[in-house]
Amino acid sequence: MIRLKVNGASKEYTGDPAMPLLWYLRDELQLTGSKFGCGMGLCGACTVHVNGEAARSCLTPMQSASGKTIVTIEGLSANGDHPLQKAWEQHNVPQCGYCQAGQIMQAASLLKTKPKPTDQDIDQAMQGNICRCGTYQRIRAAIKTAAGVKA
Amino acid sequence: MNRIELTSRRDFLNSVFSAGAMIFAAGVVPSAEADVTKSTWNPSVFIGVDTDGSVTIVAHRSEMGTGIRTSLPMVVADEMEADWNRVRIEQALGDKKYGSQNTDGSCSIRDFYDLMRQTGATARFMLEKAAADQWKVSATECKAQNHQVHHTPSGRSLGFGELAAAASKQPIPRPDLVRLKLPNEFRYIGKGVPSVDLKDICTGHGTYGFDARVPGMVYASIERPPVLGGKLKTFDDSAAKQVAGVSQTVVIEGAQPPYGFQALGGVAVIANNTWAASEGRKKLKVEWESGPHAVFSSEAFKKTLIDTANKPQQVVRTVGDVDTAFNGAAKIVEANYYTPLLAHAPMEPPAALAEYRDGKVEVWAATQNPQAVLTTVSKALGIKESDVTCHVTLLGGAFGRKSKPDYVAEAAILSKKVGKPVKISWTREEDIHFDYFHTTSAMYFKAALDASGKPTAWLQRTVFPPIGSTFDEKEQYGGGELSLGFLDVPFDIANFRAENGPAQAHLRIGWLRSVANIYHAFGIQSFIDELAHTTQKDPVEYWLATLGAPRQIDLATQKAKYTNYGKPLAQYPIDTGRLRRVVEVAAEKSGWGNRKNGNGRAWGFAAHRSFLTYVAAVVQIEVDPSGKLRIPRVDMAVDCGQSINPDRVISQFEGAATFGASIALMGEITAADGRVQQSNFNTYQVARINEAPYETHVHLVEGGGPPTGAGEPGVPPMAPAICNAIFAATGKRLRELPIRKQKLV
Repeated sequence: MIRLKVNGASKEYTGDPAMPLLWYLRDELQLTGSKFGCGMGLCGACTVHVNGEAARSCLTPMQSASGKTIVTIEGLSANGDHPLQKAWEQHNVPQCGYCQAGQIMQAASLLKTKPKPTDQDIDQAMQGNICRCGTYQRIRAAIKTAAGVKA
Repeated sequence: MNRIELTSRRDFLNSVFSAGAMIFAAGVVPSAEADVTKSTWNPSVFIGVDTDGSVTIVAHRSEMGTGIRTSLPMVVADEMEADWNRVRIEQALGDKKYGSQNTDGSCSIRDFYDLMRQTGATARFMLEKAAADQWKVSATECKAQNHQVHHTPSGRSLGFGELAAAASKQPIPRPDLVRLKLPNEFRYIGKGVPSVDLKDICTGHGTYGFDARVPGMVYASIERPPVLGGKLKTFDDSAAKQVAGVSQTVVIEGAQPPYGFQALGGVAVIANNTWAASEGRKKLKVEWESGPHAVFSSEAFKKTLIDTANKPQQVVRTVGDVDTAFNGAAKIVEANYYTPLLAHAPMEPPAALAEYRDGKVEVWAATQNPQAVLTTVSKALGIKESDVTCHVTLLGGAFGRKSKPDYVAEAAILSKKVGKPVKISWTREEDIHFDYFHTTSAMYFKAALDASGKPTAWLQRTVFPPIGSTFDEKEQYGGGELSLGFLDVPFDIANFRAENGPAQAHLRIGWLRSVANIYHAFGIQSFIDELAHTTQKDPVEYWLATLGAPRQIDLATQKAKYTNYGKPLAQYPIDTGRLRRVVEVAAEKSGWGNRKNGNGRAWGFAAHRSFLTYVAAVVQIEVDPSGKLRIPRVDMAVDCGQSINPDRVISQFEGAATFGASIALMGEITAADGRVQQSNFNTYQVARINEAPYETHVHLVEGGGPPTGAGEPGVPPMAPAICNAIFAATGKRLRELPIRKQKLV
C-alpha cells in the first residue's frame, strides 16, 4: 500500500507501483489538470510539485511518490489566485492552454528558489516546458509580473 | 444572404430555457437559394435569451487556441448589446445546420463575422420592438444598451429578461430594417474580451479530449501497422493479457486506400486505465506484412524530388516568354530549394472517447472538424450520420492534425466491439509516427537579370507529394497547394512561368498550419533575397522595386487557376499596395534602415500574402562562434483587415513567429523502409523558450477591407526571413531546411 498526500488530502494506492503518478492523478483521482504530452519528461505538460519541487509526474512511479506530498495545478491555490495564475490571466498567456498547467507549476517552483528571476533564470528553469502555440514571451512576462521584476 | 428566424424549440444543446425565453436561429442561405422553403432550411441556433436575463450564445467553431470560442460569440453579444458578463457560451455539437464547422484555413472570422453581426443585431431589433410595443411608443425612441432597452423620452427601461417573452413573439424583421452598429458604437468588437476559458485553463479545469470521461469507460492502446497500408500477419496477445488491468484485445481491420480519415487498423489492448493499456500493448507480439510503401526512404526520395524539379513540368501560370528572356539575359541565377516532411505535434496528442449503444454512438473529441467526425464514424460503424453525436472538447493545439478524425473512428469502432465506452489517447510516439504529414518539397528557380539587376524573367517549379493523395492515391500533382503562395507570386516581372511536377506519396499527407505557403514562401522569399544580394542591393528596396507599382493582380489572364482561399478577388484582391505597406511598416518599426550587420549579428526580411492577409517580417539573429543561433527580435507587420479581437490576433502572430522559427530551425521528419524515424520530442524537436524568438513585436496595419485570416499567415515569412538573416550574417545561403542540420560557421 502506497500512502501519499494529494492537494492536502491523504490517499492510499494499491495498484501497480510502477504506474506513473500522472495516470494515478488523471485516471484514478480525476485530477486532469496535469497533462500528458510525451511520457518521457521531455515536454513538462505533466509537471506537479512533489514535496514542494517541480517534478514530471509522467516519470514519477507511484512507488517513489510514497509518503510524498503532491500538489497539482488544482491545488496550487484555493481560488485560482496564486500570483502566477493572476499574472497568467493579466497577460492573456494561454492559447490552447494545454501546456499551461505544467508551465505554471514549473514557474511556481522557480519562484520558490529564485523569487526575482533573471531572463537567464527563466530560460534555464522553463526550457523543459514546451508550448507549441508559442506563448513563451508572455510566459516570461507573466513570471516577471508575478515576481515583481521589471519586464 | 443570411436568413434569420425564431425557433420553436424551448431548449438547445445542454441549456434548458424557461417558457417565454427567446430562442434565436440564424442560417446562411446562398442568394441563389433565397426562395428555399422553410422546411428544407435547417437553421443553426445561436442565441437564447432567458426570462432571467441570462444569454446563451453558441460557439460552433472549435477552440484550439485562437480564441474563436470567445471572439465569434463576442460579436453577437456586441451587436445585440448584451452584457458580456451575463453571457454564457455553449459549444455546439457537430451538425451541418451550423454551416461549416471545419475550424481550418484561418477562416472563422471572415466566414462568420457578418452572420454573427446580423444575428445579434436582429435580436437587438426585436428586443427594442418588444419594449416599444409594451410602452406603446415608436421603436425609434427605444435603444438597447448593455442588456436593457431604454426609452429616452420617458426614462423608462426594461431588462432583456423581462423582454424575452414578448420579443420572441415579434416577427423576424427584414434584413434591410435591421441596423448594424457603426464602428464607434462597438462595445467589444475591435477591443476584445478575455477568453472565456482563461480561468479554467489557469486552474487546470479546462476539458480537453484527453480529459473526456463517462462512467464505465475503458482505455485502449493500439499497435498499428508501422508502414502505411501494412497488413496484420499474426499476433500473440498472451503476455499482454497477463498485465494487471488488461481485459481483452481487439483487432481493428486495416484501412484500404485511399486512406482518407479511416482508422489505420491494428491490435488494440483494452484495460482499466491508460497505463495498463499501454503496458499491455508493449507485451503484444505482432507481425506485419509491410506492403508497397516499405520502399520509401526520405533520403533517396529527396533526390527524386529535386530531379523532377530540375526538368520541365506542367505549366500552371505563364506571362510573356521566359525562354526568350533567358537567352538574352545579362545575368542568370538558378537555385534549388528543399524542405523536409513535418509533423504537427500539438501538445495534446489525438484523443477521443466513444460510447456505442443500441446502434447509436456518442463521441467526445478534440476535433477541428466535428462534421467530418459524423461522416467518418458513421461510415466506420455502418450507421447513419444522424445516429452519431459529436461533442467538441477544447483542443490542446491542432495545427490541422485534428481536422482528420481517424482517431475518433478508432474509439467508435472499439466501443462497438467492446460494448463499453472506450477512450483512446495517443502517445507522442503514435502522434509522430502516424501523423498526416506536412509534405516534403523541392523547388527550382531561374531568374534573368538585366544590366541594372532588375529581373526580366522568372521560372519556378514546385514538386511535392500532394494532400490529394490522401483522398486519391493516384494523385501526384498539386491541387489547392498551388494557390498557396505559388501561383500568386506578386512580383512585377514581364516574363514569368510557374510549373508543377509529379510526386508520389508514401505516407498520409495532410495540411499543417499555413500548408504549402511554408515551402513556397521559403523558396520564393529566399530566392528574391539571393537576387538582391547578387546585384548588391538592399533586400527591402530590391523587394519593393520588384513588387512594382501598387496594383491588383488578375491571375485569370495568366492561365492560372487561383482559388484565393475560397473568396472572390473582387472582395479580397491580391493588392500589392497593401503588401508594400506592410513591408514599409515592418522596415520602419524594426529600424531596418539603421541596422548594423556584423559580428555574427544580422537582419533578414521576408513578406508574404496568405489567407488573404499581408505579412512582412524582419528577423534579427545572432550566430555565435560555435554556430549556435539566437533570434533576439522579430517585427511582424500585419494587415488582416479589420481586427475583431486584437489581442488574440497579436497572440496568433506571436505564436506563428515561434511556430515558423521551429520549422526553420529544427523541424524534420525522415523515413527509412517506409517507417518514420522520429518518435518523441527528443528526436522531433520543437522550439523551446530559449530557442524561440525572444520577443516578437506585432504591428497591426489596418489596410481597410473585411477581416481576413489570422491563425496561419504569420508562419510562412519566418523561415525565409531567418535564412536571409543567416546569409547576411555568415555569407551562407541555406537552400534547405532545417537550419540545425547545417553548419553555419
